[in-house]
Amino acid sequence: MLRVSSLTKRYKTGDEALRGVSFEVPAGQVVALIGPSGAGKSTLIRCINRLVNPTSGGIDLNGIEITHLGGRGLRRARRHMGMIFQEYALVERLTVMENVLSGRLGYVPFWRSFLRRFPQEDVDKAFALLERVGLSEQVDKRASALSGGQRQRVGIARALEQDPKLLLVDEPTASLDPKTARQIMRLICEVCRERNLPAIISLHDVPLAKMFADRIVGLRAGAIVFDGAPAELDTAMLTEIYGAEDWTQIHPDREAEAEPAPDDRHAREERMAGLT
Amino acid sequence: MPVLAHDSRLLWQRRTPLAQWAVWFGWLALAVLFVLSWQVMNKNTIWLFVEDAPRQAADLLSRAWPPRWSYLDRLWAPLWDTINIATLGTGLGIVLATPVAFLAARNTTPSAALVRPLALLLIVASRSINSLIWALLLVAIIGPGLLAGIVAIALRSIGFIGKLLYEAIEEIDETEVEAVRATGASRWQIMDYAVWPQIAPAFAGISVFRWDINIRESTILGLVGAGGIGLQLQSSLARLAWAEVTVIFIVILATVVVSEWVSAKVRARSSERGVLQNCHKTRSCCGRNLPPR
Repeated sequence: MLRVSSLTKRYKTGDEALRGVSFEVPAGQVVALIGPSGAGKSTLIRCINRLVNPTSGGIDLNGIEITHLGGRGLRRARRHMGMIFQEYALVERLTVMENVLSGRLGYVPFWRSFLRRFPQEDVDKAFALLERVGLSEQVDKRASALSGGQRQRVGIARALEQDPKLLLVDEPTASLDPKTARQIMRLICEVCRERNLPAIISLHDVPLAKMFADRIVGLRAGAIVFDGAPAELDTAMLTEIYGAEDWTQIHPDREAEAEPAPDDRHAREERMAGLT
Repeated sequence: MPVLAHDSRLLWQRRTPLAQWAVWFGWLALAVLFVLSWQVMNKNTIWLFVEDAPRQAADLLSRAWPPRWSYLDRLWAPLWDTINIATLGTGLGIVLATPVAFLAARNTTPSAALVRPLALLLIVASRSINSLIWALLLVAIIGPGLLAGIVAIALRSIGFIGKLLYEAIEEIDETEVEAVRATGASRWQIMDYAVWPQIAPAFAGISVFRWDINIRESTILGLVGAGGIGLQLQSSLARLAWAEVTVIFIVILATVVVSEWVSAKVRARSSERGVLQNCHKTRSCCGRNLPPR
């Protein structure tokens, strides 16, 4: 259970990235975080594991207040929060296995990680996770040798290797093609269900968010303007979050239903005739 | 403002007329400066000597050729010394330069206000003094011999390796560091898992490149008494034994060619890897490779 209460973040430049954000995420819930660029999605996610330090407010994960932790306590809190990144953020020159095992760095002492002598249970877990994300064949390859979708799978395995109590996911699909993006979203949601793991996923792609999330939180200018079920997110709410725009194109079902008008079809055939 | 309104149309030129005149004037000034410098430079030239130069050169060459190959037997030991000075000096330089580089890089320094300027000062100080001058100082301090040469090479290498390495550290992809930090890794684990893998190719390339330079530099350190083949060179020059000098030149040339070849091989491999690595990143298209010579 994650509880964020009146979280604010003001950068040194004076920009207010978050203005009093409060919400709770119960175990097993997948929350999509949507909003325009600069709304504070990344800042919110990075505040939760303190890659960015919030200016004020509270973050409570399973009874531990995270905002005031430092040093060892902070590292101990971080190891319970798996993070998945937009551009995968794998260490390109390390192998797939080393990248996955880096998820254990918060648990093992320096000498073990330096000599790459991880406890056998950690290695077993890494093998099982690579099997789960479908990368058993790639264990010894360098991360740089993988495709985008494969890299993001390694990123997922690294996050799960941490035995997380919470997944923080920042634009996991922004660098992927639409099909791979769906596969990755499906995989993330599946593993969350398997482990009853709560997740916060920031997304630019609203249809994808509606398709996979249990709940959607809309952020605008650092404040929550929508918090509800995907079905409640209608055109008016999208305008509230993103500003005025024609939202009719965003509903994939409606788009698919619309057969091209006979005139359209005729015109298209005519255009194609010119090519043959 | 190179966009000008003219008869209700917009014209675009690369420079404003004023800037264009300034550029022309700049070229003119450069040409005038060249002519003046040429005159000042040759005020003290004795043209009689210049006319004589081809004959003098031919005379020197005739005495330098053929090389006295028998002298080669006496060169193997100093050559071995020279290679050792370069290699041990480079090794010591790497050991000293690596921590300095981490202290100087903006993203790994413990204090940007205090430690970083000191590390940069160290790098600049080392770079601003030539190996030969370092050797001169060290021969006076620790006496003539190989040790002075090794330390001179090491001190000069700190600046070179430190500078290139800290630039490589500053260019690493911070999201990889962020990702490893997010797992709960400690500072040293982040160094080991996120920073070091990213700079390893640059580290190998820089080190071998410096070793290659040091081979060349250590051949002359003997001139000031810091050991190696330069000592032999000095004595041959002093005795006007030009045929021996020729042999020494040939030996130095051969050594440098070999070290260049080795260094080119290693650097090609490491930069190739660097390029492959960076091609996959959409944000940076050219990673830190080695600078042009």
